[in-house]
Amino acid sequence: MTEPIGMNINELQHLLRSRQLSAAELTAAHLERIGSIDSRVKAFLRLTPELASEQAAAADRALKSGEAGPLAGIPLAVKDVLCVRGVETTAGSQILRGFKPPYTGTAVSRLFEAGAVMLGMTNCDEFAMGSSTENSGYFPTHNPWALDRVPGGSSGGSAAAVAAGEAVIALGTDTGGSIRQPAALTGVVGMKPTYGRVSRYGLIAFASSLDQIGPFARCVDDAAILLALMAGRDPLDATSSDRSGREVLNGYGADVKGMRLGVPREYYAVEGIEPGVKAAIDEALKALAGAGAGIVDVSLPHTDYGLAAYYIIAPAECSSNLARFDGVRYGMSEVDALNVTDGYLRTRRRGFGTEVRRRVMLGTYALSSGYYDAYYLKAQKVRTLIKRDFDAAFQKCDAIVSATSPTVAFPIGSRTQDPLSMYLCDVLTLGGNLAGLPGISLPCGRSNGLPVGLQVLAPQWGENVALRVARTYEQASGVKAEVAPVA
Amino acid sequence: MLARLGLEPGDEEFYAEQLSGILAHIDRLQQLNTESIPPTAQVVEVTNLLREDVPRPGLTQGEALANAPAAVGGSFRVPSIQEEA
Repeated sequence: MTEPIGMNINELQHLLRSRQLSAAELTAAHLERIGSIDSRVKAFLRLTPELASEQAAAADRALKSGEAGPLAGIPLAVKDVLCVRGVETTAGSQILRGFKPPYTGTAVSRLFEAGAVMLGMTNCDEFAMGSSTENSGYFPTHNPWALDRVPGGSSGGSAAAVAAGEAVIALGTDTGGSIRQPAALTGVVGMKPTYGRVSRYGLIAFASSLDQIGPFARCVDDAAILLALMAGRDPLDATSSDRSGREVLNGYGADVKGMRLGVPREYYAVEGIEPGVKAAIDEALKALAGAGAGIVDVSLPHTDYGLAAYYIIAPAECSSNLARFDGVRYGMSEVDALNVTDGYLRTRRRGFGTEVRRRVMLGTYALSSGYYDAYYLKAQKVRTLIKRDFDAAFQKCDAIVSATSPTVAFPIGSRTQDPLSMYLCDVLTLGGNLAGLPGISLPCGRSNGLPVGLQVLAPQWGENVALRVARTYEQASGVKAEVAPVA
Repeated sequence: MLARLGLEPGDEEFYAEQLSGILAHIDRLQQLNTESIPPTAQVVEVTNLLREDVPRPGLTQGEALANAPAAVGGSFRVPSIQEEA
């Protein structure tokens, strides 16, 4: 058997379809890899070997009969916020410990239908609130490139699983950067689609006007394949677009000759950006210019207000969404409570971690009568200004290019005492969520030996543009996602 | 109280200090004049694409109750909300 760890979808499909490798062998190889290193990486909250073996057997049957889907046999890791029927799904929270959803979310279903093999649920910050996976209600995940550092977050387990060669592909969610930032910090490709591109049915909601599901992969081609499979109208999500999912591949494979790539000066010189990150971005811009793109200076003047607006809107939406965790219908419960209110208080006191409590407090405060205009309404107006900034910038360029994160992966524990320093991790990504834009992060070299991510943002519904820029850079630079050895 | 979080002794001081720092950052929004700016609640043009109103299978009672911390007689069990007469 050829050693399959570290291969991408196309390479694996070649082996699978030419019968040099079976889906069962491929699954076993990944479960073995997980068995040998995940006690150190801790990317997975729980494994699903029985489901994997069933799906691998089905993939092998389909490969034999010539009816295999595009992901037949491909090992997939799923962020613990996406419901899978019968598989414990907890959003990284103690409050949902033991919850087994009675249905599977649409994005996951579509990958299953294409033949993917689910290996397990990956760790994340509780309810996807965080940028380091340290807010998990279970344990922190470690960056496979430096085990004393964070993998980013909130989808840190999914990113680490792909980076460490434990899975070929993974799913994450991105509300303020939770796919792109961990992809950057672990040296893999991660993509957040346009708001409405992928159905959120079956996603445990954090902030409903910002959340999107998206892929992690080893290369841009794989991310494009996954996105095309997940995208498109779902009758079960009234915010899912009726645009064809296939349009994300329009013009795929074209280069960037004649394209204008905007470099926002506020992003380029963002406060706290590390010199090594800046140098890697400069090199990436040179490579893109060398491939025929025009580099233009653009401005996003309200960048300094993005974080403030985000930390009103996201907590406000979360405080409302998390009201459903009342200990009555699912999850942790204090069933011997004296009365209903006592039950709520005791269940939520035991079930929610510090960051979730902080955000629920912030959100209920911002929405409370008397403060609504000053905070929530104000933040929604600033959201308009941020959206207009991007609209104006896209008059001058086809896509926006920047670093994904101002820093490389930071040491575990270094930011947990200061929530604002943690929130600043997302300063270059959350604008894309506020404006509903598609964005991709891909590896663009290293700083102090750790991966740096290049972010490409495109206008709404312009995933194909972001993918085109990303793929051109990947080919021109030769920079590829590598498998972290995890020695 | 509004958030039903069940604070413990010492929590108030802990969160008050952190939230003050975050709110101090958030206060920069007040520097912007937004009088003539409409609010944005939703950023894309998609609005309430509803599906056809056709019945489809839902969860069975058993499935809906499967995750209940306490169920009795086919219902979720909750503490009583009224005093006995």
